Amino acid sequence: MTQAEIIEKINEFLVEEFEVDAAKIVPDANLRETLELDSLDYVDLVVIIESNFGFKVVAEDFINIHTFQNFYDYINRKVEEKNATA
Amino acid sequence: MNNRVVITGLGIWSCLGTNLEDVKNSLFTGKSGIGMDAERKAFGYRSGLTGIVEKPQLKGILDRRARVGLSEEAEYAYMATLEAMKNAKMDMSWVEQNEVGILYGNDSSAKAVIEAIDIIRVKKDTTLLGSGSIFQSMNCTVTMNLSTIFKLKGINFTISAACASGSHSIGLGYLMIKWGLQKHIICGGAQEVNAMAFGSFDGLSAFSVRENEPTKASRPFDKNRDGLVPSGGAATLILESYESAMERGAPIIAEVVGYGFSSNGEHISNSSVDGQIRSLNMALNDANVKPSEIDYINAHATSTPGGDFAEAQAIDAVFGECNTMVSSTKSMTGHECWMAGASEIVYSTIMMQNNFVAPNINFEEGDEASSKLNIVSKTTERNIDVFLSNSFGFGGTNSSLIIKKFK
Repeated sequence: MTQAEIIEKINEFLVEEFEVDAAKIVPDANLRETLELDSLDYVDLVVIIESNFGFKVVAEDFINIHTFQNFYDYINRKVEEKNATA
Repeated sequence: MNNRVVITGLGIWSCLGTNLEDVKNSLFTGKSGIGMDAERKAFGYRSGLTGIVEKPQLKGILDRRARVGLSEEAEYAYMATLEAMKNAKMDMSWVEQNEVGILYGNDSSAKAVIEAIDIIRVKKDTTLLGSGSIFQSMNCTVTMNLSTIFKLKGINFTISAACASGSHSIGLGYLMIKWGLQKHIICGGAQEVNAMAFGSFDGLSAFSVRENEPTKASRPFDKNRDGLVPSGGAATLILESYESAMERGAPIIAEVVGYGFSSNGEHISNSSVDGQIRSLNMALNDANVKPSEIDYINAHATSTPGGDFAEAQAIDAVFGECNTMVSSTKSMTGHECWMAGASEIVYSTIMMQNNFVAPNINFEEGDEASSKLNIVSKTTERNIDVFLSNSFGFGGTNSSLIIKKFK
């Protein structure tokens, strides 16, 4: 899966599952504020990531994810790590 | 304090229809909502018969946060409550500024619980259940979700009383308003309809196996009945004090005038004629009406051999002299279990509003007890001023409600 494909997949589930306006998803936008995430929503984000990419996010990892770009980079890195160990 | 308690809103989501108008037509024409669910047979059920209930489509109506916590039965309850609040003329801005409560009957959320456990077994990780699982899984799934969605600020809890849950919710709402503790309460009952919900009930051989004739399977009081048909959905009633309803110009549909209850103190699943008679008499005393003043009885009768036999004896003991019209709408709906006590008030109130008694379909021949009753097997156009509705549940919990036309 290329980075572009990963970004496309992420944007797709954010629009579908979190019902965010696609136009608001821009790399520098704040993830939490744009998606209006509360503590319960983070649990659902963990579930969606696991079902789409096959790994589980640990809560601490979210600390350093501020923007959509941070989020794409994080998922991309974890997918690469997963592929490397496969 | 002795406030008058009125009904200002009704809402229904059942196998007879998903709005009051469709349900009225089904009741009038004696339409059955029963069908077959092949999944249940494959799953190991003795009977695949069930009420066929449409699933609500809530995307676009409710936001994601509200939707993820809703169990199947809470979705039905949301739709029924939306309809009830609309016809009670209770909009969100009014509700937010007033103390509106909720007392709702529900006694399981099996599908949500089982699906969650299945995920844990496979994933070995509870986080992967997602945030909604806990709010879907608890018995109070309906009240916890609806109180949040509708921003309710009054009394807020669930009544779990087996197949009398919905009826007791109305009874308790009535008492709270009568005694001046609340002015407006959303009451009702909800019942999930899926293969996970009824397996243990099916295991008692309580369900009809007349699978070749689904619409004829539920036949309360009929001599050839062979068991009940499980069903579900949700029914909501808006109860208010008379003063409150008048103050806000709400349409008053009917008045709750009597609530009777009892516990059999006997067998866990067998009915008790004595327990039912005590419930009936308590309701009549509370309403201060004589048996002869009841125009119609919506019986609990589920189509089981033992249960219907006992209820027929109880009704005969109290109403024997009066030739009161009796029917069980479960002949059309099947047994809506936790929801039944509320839905049957909705069904009977629709009849009261439209001057007819819905038929006890499939009643062809009475048995030793039911042949003594005036069972209405064909739609009968008749004015109803006062009706009584019975609900009985496992553990010997009994509830009887009396509703009067508002004058």
